[in-house]
Amino acid sequence: MSAVRTPREVLLNRVAVVAVFVALFIMLAPIYWIASTSFKPRNLATTVPPTILFEPTVAPYVKTFVKRSQLRGPVEEEVYEAAPWWEQLVLDGGEKVVRSPSGEVKPSGYGQRFMNSLIVAVVSTIFAVSMGTLTAYGFSRFKVAGKDDWLFFILSTRMLPPVVVAIPMFLMYRVVGLNDTHLGLIILYTAFNLSFSVWIMKGFIDEIPREYEEAALVDGYTRMQAFFKIVLPEAMTGIAATAVFCFITAWNEYAFALIMTNRNAQTAPPFIPSQIGSGLPDWTVIAASTVLFLIPVAIFTFLLRNHLLRGMSFGAIRK
Amino acid sequence: MTDSVMTRLDPNSRAAARGWSDLTIRNLFIIPTIAFLIIFNIFPLLYSLGYSFTDFRASTNAPAKFIGLQNYRELLNDEFIWRNFTITAKYVIVSVAGQVIVGFGLAMLLNRDIPMKGLITTLLLLPMMLSMAVVGLFWKLLYDPSFGIINYALGLGKFEWLADPDMALYAIAITDIWMWSPFVMLLSLAGLSAVPKHLYEAAEIDRAGPFYTFFRITLPLVLPILMIAIIFRTMEAFKTFDLAYIMASQPTTELISIRLYKMAFLEWQTGKSSAFAYIVLVMVVAITNIYVKYLNKVKER
Repeated sequence: MSAVRTPREVLLNRVAVVAVFVALFIMLAPIYWIASTSFKPRNLATTVPPTILFEPTVAPYVKTFVKRSQLRGPVEEEVYEAAPWWEQLVLDGGEKVVRSPSGEVKPSGYGQRFMNSLIVAVVSTIFAVSMGTLTAYGFSRFKVAGKDDWLFFILSTRMLPPVVVAIPMFLMYRVVGLNDTHLGLIILYTAFNLSFSVWIMKGFIDEIPREYEEAALVDGYTRMQAFFKIVLPEAMTGIAATAVFCFITAWNEYAFALIMTNRNAQTAPPFIPSQIGSGLPDWTVIAASTVLFLIPVAIFTFLLRNHLLRGMSFGAIRK
Repeated sequence: MTDSVMTRLDPNSRAAARGWSDLTIRNLFIIPTIAFLIIFNIFPLLYSLGYSFTDFRASTNAPAKFIGLQNYRELLNDEFIWRNFTITAKYVIVSVAGQVIVGFGLAMLLNRDIPMKGLITTLLLLPMMLSMAVVGLFWKLLYDPSFGIINYALGLGKFEWLADPDMALYAIAITDIWMWSPFVMLLSLAGLSAVPKHLYEAAEIDRAGPFYTFFRITLPLVLPILMIAIIFRTMEAFKTFDLAYIMASQPTTELISIRLYKMAFLEWQTGKSSAFAYIVLVMVVAITNIYVKYLNKVKER
């Protein structure tokens, strides 16, 4: 851009700034709306016209985690007074907390699904990133016959539609008893993320000068030592970024989880929509469970901001 | 595969004599990954290739009967399947075109002097990181004809977004555009920032108009990266399952993946769905091939 700015250019720039903020508002409005719904009392979630200003409550977040049933009549005063604050919030909404005969609060199932998501995503990420880093190093530093074909093969496994892979996997898992197990999902997500991790890690490792290792080899390191002591520390940023990408992919995955799990190992993505069920859905609870599910991804996106481009283009484009 | 060219070290040197050879390390690092992918991606596909020639149903114990190419013949002659393909094509075109227009437009805007550019870019990128299934779910709330915020904000009254068979597919595409325009924006921004500044200065000296500058300088230089974004989004839109499956269940929104899912896991036509999966697979591999060619081309620049 030229140093001297014409009035026309200044005006254009102002228009652009306004347009960017309008676009930002439109892009973030849906996310704001779901977040605000998660703090509404149930009767304000589906009003006509929509309620924009309201007194926030955390009741939806309490309700997300406990099993509830509809109250038949008004609550007795002493029962209400004896209840802890979070139970009062549920009672305020016309529902009561379901307890086992021994008085323990029954969980809603969301907590368990959330944990399942966490276990499956973390373990599959560890596998995918560690195998991917080794393989990327192999492809980056050594001569491999038909290298480009192998790399294409690795990437093509990522591009398969999940349902296409799920049909035979479902049949095979049924034979070996891996349907609805954590291990079954971990294997699928590892396979899915492995190709991504090889491609993106190869980009990161290609950028580490070979001279570093060669100097180490001359100094008496073995190739293995050079890899672990020189290359890995240098590649740490790349490994962290790759891990976050793999985690987000596994965390968000829906189709495999829908097909391969139903109870024991079900993750949050198929569970959250199933809360709609029949009758009038409680959108505040759906919103609360959605927000809790989205928070980790939002945080990671922020941490990843400088690597998004590389990650999204499979390592092909870097700044 | 020969090991003679693998290492740059002199084979008689001290370093080469210690530890494992480079060949061993290479195989140790690469083979497990390849083996893992073959076992869990390729082998299952071969397994289902066998089933695609049978009338197998996973819901019954009846043994599979070999029926040759009948599944493939039936599928390719089924006008309903062709309708699924037409719907998918319509969806892909609308949503990818929308993403390119919005995403590239945003990138052009952001390529100026904007305050807090870094933060704004990160915030704009948020939608594409979210789970498609969960996004589809909460857009149902936004689209609700009576209490949805979209109808209220746009003053559309009781407009049916998802219940109207003609509108539903476009409503899903709008959500997809919201979610994935940031992706096109991100790649376009990279392309735009790579355009050398002196070209614009030269154009200014030559008194080139803004249209001329855009079509002769900006667009040609951004096009390779934009093509990557377009092919990648085409491939992903072609495979769309989560978003459409959660948002609507109309015959007019039945994309290929949804038909395949229903055929395999609700109707339990395992043999036929395996054949269907193969037809889809061939199409995806074809698009992937084009995609990778472009990736490598851009990489070489």
